[in-house]
Amino acid sequence: EIFKLTSFLSLSLQAKMSRPVQAQRLEGTDKNIWVEFVKLAATYSTVNLGQGFPDFPPPDFLKEAFVRALSGENHMLHQYTRAFGHPPLVKVLAQFFGKLLGRDLDPMTNVMVTVGAYQALFCCFQAFVEEGDEVIIIEPFFDCYEPMVKMAGGTPVFVPLRPKAPKDGKLMSSADWQLDPAELASKFSERTKAIVLNSPNNPLGKVFSRGELELIADLCVKHDVLCISDEVYEWLVYDGKEHIRIASLRGMWDRTVIIGSAGKTFSATGWKVGWTVGPNQLLQHLRTMHQNSVYHCATVAQEAVAQGFQRELELYGKPDSYFVQLPKELQRKRDWLVQSLDAVGMKPIVPEGTYFLVADISKFKSDVPDVPDSDEPYDSRFAKWMVKNKGLAAIPLSAFYSGAHKNNYNHFIRFCFAKEEATLKAANDILQKWKQEKTSP
Amino acid sequence: TMAFRHKNTRRIEGLDSNVWVEFTKVAADPSIVNLGQGLPDISPPSYVKEELAKTAAVDRLNQYTRGFGHPSLVKALSQVYERVCGRKIDPLTDILVTVGAYGSLFSTIQALIEEGDEVIIIEPFYDCYEPMVKMAGAKPVFIPLRYKNNGNSTSSADWVLDPAELANKFNSKTKAIILNTPHNPIGKVFTREELQVIADLCIKHDTLCISDEVYEWLVYKGNKHVKIATLPGMWERTITIGSAGKTYSVTGWKLGWSIGPQNLIKHLQVVHQNTLYTCPTPLQEALAQAFWIDYKRMDDPDCYFYSLSRELESKRDRMAQLLQEAGLKPVIPDGGYFMIVDVSTLNVDLSDVDEKQPYDYKFVKWMIRSKKLSAIPLSAFCGPETKRQFEKYIRFCFIKKDSTLDAAEAILKNWNKQTA
Repeated sequence: EIFKLTSFLSLSLQAKMSRPVQAQRLEGTDKNIWVEFVKLAATYSTVNLGQGFPDFPPPDFLKEAFVRALSGENHMLHQYTRAFGHPPLVKVLAQFFGKLLGRDLDPMTNVMVTVGAYQALFCCFQAFVEEGDEVIIIEPFFDCYEPMVKMAGGTPVFVPLRPKAPKDGKLMSSADWQLDPAELASKFSERTKAIVLNSPNNPLGKVFSRGELELIADLCVKHDVLCISDEVYEWLVYDGKEHIRIASLRGMWDRTVIIGSAGKTFSATGWKVGWTVGPNQLLQHLRTMHQNSVYHCATVAQEAVAQGFQRELELYGKPDSYFVQLPKELQRKRDWLVQSLDAVGMKPIVPEGTYFLVADISKFKSDVPDVPDSDEPYDSRFAKWMVKNKGLAAIPLSAFYSGAHKNNYNHFIRFCFAKEEATLKAANDILQKWKQEKTSP
Repeated sequence: TMAFRHKNTRRIEGLDSNVWVEFTKVAADPSIVNLGQGLPDISPPSYVKEELAKTAAVDRLNQYTRGFGHPSLVKALSQVYERVCGRKIDPLTDILVTVGAYGSLFSTIQALIEEGDEVIIIEPFYDCYEPMVKMAGAKPVFIPLRYKNNGNSTSSADWVLDPAELANKFNSKTKAIILNTPHNPIGKVFTREELQVIADLCIKHDTLCISDEVYEWLVYKGNKHVKIATLPGMWERTITIGSAGKTYSVTGWKLGWSIGPQNLIKHLQVVHQNTLYTCPTPLQEALAQAFWIDYKRMDDPDCYFYSLSRELESKRDRMAQLLQEAGLKPVIPDGGYFMIVDVSTLNVDLSDVDEKQPYDYKFVKWMIRSKKLSAIPLSAFCGPETKRQFEKYIRFCFIKKDSTLDAAEAILKNWNKQTA
């Protein structure tokens, strides 16, 4: 049958049929940790501290803004708005970030709205990275950076944050994970197009200090490299720490794209409203990419987020500001989860920011024996066992490392603590019970 | 200071300008009667708006949902389209929800098209097809619709593909053909026979079909929308694209979908997970609820899928009449909500206008300035070879409320008087 068929078809048609149908740009980008772990959590978990989203609602003022936008006379909010960003939203973002950066920002050219920070990242890589370009990614990293660089034809170059031993008796902090300056410098070459900075950092929660940012900035300026600055957790900083925007450092405004997220800012991840802020000479290319990929973002959510920012602009720095309330609330939850984990022998790394924390599960290794020739990193097997057997969902740290480095730190898992008190209490109950099972005869 | 070396990548080179960026700015003046961009100024149905308002109160609907499509939405889509297509559609593997049909076009092209490929595009075409194909590194190959009645076209059905000319465009490099039916801007509804000609060539050359069917419900009396994916041998090689914006008059919701066989959709899903990951939850939930309401009454003439097209048919007829009374020759569309018109008969002399733009660009700009009426020039929808052919046409959008059409009528009546 097959012989008959192949001789019947022309050679060129045979050649076409033997090629894969999908484009080469997808090579190495099909695996995705979330697809697997979200499904596991949905199937097995009773307490989900895995995927990063709050299980508490967005603030009332934001929900009210959404409903208000819909109930008004103006049904045109159901139609296309300005492609590069709904005018009320880009205006207030320009005002807000202009204040923070100490610059006059033009809403039409220095701001662009995207479908979540995710799409902002995609536009950056597509607009600036192509074959022959290298992009420096600091490990551990939000996992999408790597496939996005690859899809753009670029080569990711990884540089790790390395843990320093904490002071005696103290818990490790995310501040103890640091770049080695010489190692970082060695990663820059004439092929380096950009570095991706994520501060506050997902998954560790590290908030890069001014000194650390200056180190990165100096290298960017020296090598004329772009900085893609993912600052989605900018408001979630604890213990009085300051989130410093690298774009405000000398020489950096002209070469930096700042990325933000309404999902993280206003606890509404499902709205998928993000933005980019930067100089027109960079944003013009993001606009080109945007208009040839999704073009418009949904209107209503942009209107509501604009109103949310208007409120925050008026309340900036005041106790009622959501940007003051939210980190205060999350710090409490952080401390609660840290205590919970420490009490049972999982060693948390106390995060300076974000709503994630990473814990060392070495003391629980006996529950999940090592499989010597396993392809899968230990922490991934551990996390899967934990959700199936204990109903507690978390994400293995190896998910945030490149393929070659997945086994470097394979006894850590990441918890999300943007959860109601009841959820954190339930997590604590699971951990306590688990510890008791281990220690009882 | 050092020269800034960071230019754009090759993939977006030359793709920065765009007819919409140019014309929506010009027409944004509220004193202008805007029949340009395809934007309804009629209200979406009240139940659609209500469903969206309800979502804000449900906590989990404000957080991330399933990346490839909110479960209740893909379920609703699979039900509606199973009924339409007469085949089983798996909501999890055969459907991807995207940011508008635009996002589906992008995901499809990025997933399946690359350098070395050729993609056939039928002219005139929705303008994004060309830049998207170019961005994927492939070569667009154009073939025009040609009117068969020599010069006196009155119906979109008069615009046809020449089968021999079409066959010549296919070769071993042809990865896909993009089909748009009902067609924007002409409003043509491809017949089963016309689709069979395309299907035969796709099968013969093992070519994919990207079928943009966003106007699928907007077909007028005497016409039937046929899905090319339902023709024998076509399901396995077709991605069918739909749009909430066009189905429910909610262009600002920016939700669309791609439906096709798992072995193709899975690659679109990979693109999606590496571009924006998930679409907004509240909009998807509200859309799912709206679909259930209409799915249940698909046997009832009050179903919005049918009532909207009835409403639009009378607007179409009114628009055509206004243009005819002004001495113009509109091409009556069999579907969609656009109408093209040959304006060369008005003999407006724009030779003194300096710009090196095609006649229709100059005409529309002149019309906006001097008549306060906007439209879109048709040469924006053509490849470089056919701009001359189409530059005497402009496109009007008629999914507009009565008062907008009244205002257009006043301008057109006045126009006739002035040029008499």
